[in-house]
Amino acid sequence: MASRQVVMRAKYKNSVRDPGIQGVLIMMEDKISFTPDDPTSSVRVNIEVKSIKSLKFSKEGSQRALLNLILDPDIKEGGCIFEFEKFSDRDVCRDFVSRVLAKLQALQSSVKDSKTVSERPVDEQLSTAEMRHRMKLLQENIELQKLHKQFVISGVLTEAEFWATRKELLAVHASKTPKQRVGFKSAMIADVRPLTDGRSNLVTFNLTPEIIHQIFAEKPAVHKAYLSFVPRKMSEMDFWKKYCRAEYLHKTKNAVAAAAEAADDEELAVFLKHDEILASEARRKLRRVDPTLDMEADQGDDYMHLPDHGIFRDGSKETIDTEYDEYKRTLAQNLNRHAAVVLEGRALDVELGDTQTVAEALFRYKQSELATETSDENSTQERLERLSRMTEIEDLQDSHNLPFAPLCIKDPREYFDSQQANAVKALGDTEIGTKPVNCVLSTQQAYGSLKIIISEIKENGFSYPIVKPDVALKVLNGLTQHLSSTKHHLGKSPQDTVLDRLPQRTREELLHHWACIQELLKHFWSSYPITTKSLHTKVSRVKDALSEIYPKLQGIKESAQSDFRHQVSLLVQPMLQALDAAFAHYDAEMQKRPGKSAERPNGYA
Amino acid sequence: MASVPSKLYSDDVSLLVVLIDTNPFFWGGVNTTNASSSLSFSTFIAHVLSFINSILLLNQLSQVVVIATGVNSCNYIYDSSSQTVTENSENGIIPARSSQILRKLEEFVSADEQLSKDLSQARVFSLLSGSLSLALCYIQRVFRTGSLHPQPRILCLQGSPDGPEQYVAVMNAIFSAQRSMVPIDSCVIGSQHSAFLQQASYITAGVYLKPQHLDGLFQYLSTVFATDLLSRSVLELPKPAGVDFRASCFCHKKTIDMGYICSVCLSIFCKHHKKCSTCGSVFGEAHPEVTSTSDKKRKTPMA
Ligand SMILES: [Zn+2]
Ligand SMILES: [Zn+2]
Repeated sequence: MASRQVVMRAKYKNSVRDPGIQGVLIMMEDKISFTPDDPTSSVRVNIEVKSIKSLKFSKEGSQRALLNLILDPDIKEGGCIFEFEKFSDRDVCRDFVSRVLAKLQALQSSVKDSKTVSERPVDEQLSTAEMRHRMKLLQENIELQKLHKQFVISGVLTEAEFWATRKELLAVHASKTPKQRVGFKSAMIADVRPLTDGRSNLVTFNLTPEIIHQIFAEKPAVHKAYLSFVPRKMSEMDFWKKYCRAEYLHKTKNAVAAAAEAADDEELAVFLKHDEILASEARRKLRRVDPTLDMEADQGDDYMHLPDHGIFRDGSKETIDTEYDEYKRTLAQNLNRHAAVVLEGRALDVELGDTQTVAEALFRYKQSELATETSDENSTQERLERLSRMTEIEDLQDSHNLPFAPLCIKDPREYFDSQQANAVKALGDTEIGTKPVNCVLSTQQAYGSLKIIISEIKENGFSYPIVKPDVALKVLNGLTQHLSSTKHHLGKSPQDTVLDRLPQRTREELLHHWACIQELLKHFWSSYPITTKSLHTKVSRVKDALSEIYPKLQGIKESAQSDFRHQVSLLVQPMLQALDAAFAHYDAEMQKRPGKSAERPNGYA
Repeated sequence: MASVPSKLYSDDVSLLVVLIDTNPFFWGGVNTTNASSSLSFSTFIAHVLSFINSILLLNQLSQVVVIATGVNSCNYIYDSSSQTVTENSENGIIPARSSQILRKLEEFVSADEQLSKDLSQARVFSLLSGSLSLALCYIQRVFRTGSLHPQPRILCLQGSPDGPEQYVAVMNAIFSAQRSMVPIDSCVIGSQHSAFLQQASYITAGVYLKPQHLDGLFQYLSTVFATDLLSRSVLELPKPAGVDFRASCFCHKKTIDMGYICSVCLSIFCKHHKKCSTCGSVFGEAHPEVTSTSDKKRKTPMA
């Protein structure tokens, strides 16, 4: 399919002689814009496609490759001239514009038609997005496109009427989610390893705004420390130096050294010790875990087959030593915290860069999050209820009897009668109805004779042969004849349809007519009862369109080759019947029309 | 139920549930009128028993269940999977299996008669809904024995006319057969077509047949109805021309294209009524806040 946007280098000119300004031309389906290379230039061109009246272009082989968009004189007199380096570039743009214009005109004309044809005002003002969505639907579905072209553009149905029966197609568009936001990287920041130059003892950490944001999100203690220390107690630079120092101590896994340094420096201790905020948050979350959670259900999950779980950390050496436990972080803790933050996603909408802003924004966000959470008391109650709901034993519960009114059907025979007549008629049976069987017999006689027959069989056995050969042959011949005749009518194998045997052209014509008839009949029948004038005009419009199809169907029937004529007429028959039913209804309604004022208005407009 | 080693089941192993119409009024009537085109009960039983034997001969893993459709009751009268020791028949005239079925049939007819003694007026319709339900229950039990089971299908052998008062129950049975993908084959041996069975076979993709030469019933049964489900994909079986599902209104019995439907019980009317004559629901006037139970809808035209 053709692209939805064209970007091309071009020169913008006010007149053919104007030397022009070099820039970039961007063409989209609803608008065309031109941005000059020189940012100081005051020239800005933004053209709505719908304001384009027509376009002109220079001939291939002439001096310059020009494209002139003639606009609505109310907007701009003259036009916008673009000069391209090559004719091929120009042709790409020209074709794009003409395609977009053609589509727009098709839509506009149908909207305009609907205005003139139906007398009610078309209050539907379509947004460009809506319009584009409809065009997309039409492009994707050739069947729909054919129907649209045939009925909307010819004025049988209005644009609104056409789409009113296809709301579900349009609704999908409306419910589309907004564009995806980028979350945190799933790589752990711990993977940003300190760089050493190998000669000196200098260790370099590289902190980007991105990393800082992530640190704040993953380590609430660092976040809190930043808010309280910077800039009152220390500069941002000093703060991160201390942080990096602490990180470095963690990397060396020297818990003893870490403990010693922490004893000297209380700010450093903040970074080295376990994060209290995190710990309390974890405890709070633990209290909220769904009591019905089945941990064992996850046992089969395999996280262990990757060495080091795919990250640059060595978890195996992290032994637990109670004395300096406070200064140790295990791989599992880091991993889990990181995963939690990544899954939570990025909630801040501030530009990264200024650490202070980020820190404050994150703080506000956390506050609001806390505020919206239900109080612990409520959640405890809820958990208890949930627990009792989950553990209840079905057999011991009251049946949840909902109030209902029992359906009492007075006489089910009515349903039978409603269908039976037609069903039996279809089999070509003249005997209709449920003629009761011979009731001359009394109950006793009837049962008696049946029992006598059974005991006779038991005594005398069956009469052989079970089937006489000539009867069997008759049956076989009859079945074979029946089969071959239905096969002739209904297609060879059960999977084959009659349609498959018809010539391609006839088949397509039939299918198209059937689609048209269905579309029109849908509109026809849904217009009854006629309550407004616009419905009245709609019905007559649709009826006229239907009567145009009638002779076409006859034509197909007559033009079919003799081999297929029978099948074609079988297929056309139900279509004609459906049309006849509509016409009959239309005529009957027309007869009633003079007395329509007496008719009770009803809400189905 | 005897447990057959389940791994032996293949696609062409069938579970055939045969419903036999034992309406004494139908068979008695046939017998007395003595029309040449009609079928006597003894011929019928002889043909059906031969058919059952041939089904069991076709594949020894196949299973046949016979259900008698009476006027007052229905019951299982034979199940090939629970066959007890094959003792020789009582008098050597009738094979053991047939003799067993006949004995059970006799018991069933007597029991059915017992039930009818309480009724002042004899009902002439057979309980098709009951036997269809029995068949479906049996099949459901087989479905629950595991993933491997014989392919079930139902064969209705019906002579007596449809019982209109069974409409709801029969349609429910048909739809439940459709849902469990159990085809219902119909062989109508009475003088009239059966709208029930026509619909049953149409909806469940079974075969509907009304044999012309009833004295050749066995030939019809073995040619058409012995076909297992696997073979049906490659064999040509009789097909009806189609079923006319157009409805007629409950009030005047005339075929209509558009009408009013009761949203509670689906009764069809050609004009607006204040109250549904079938279920008694009161239809509101059509203002916007109509309650859902008394809604009035236009019926979509059936093309
Ligand atoms: Zn009526
Ligand atoms: Zn009702």
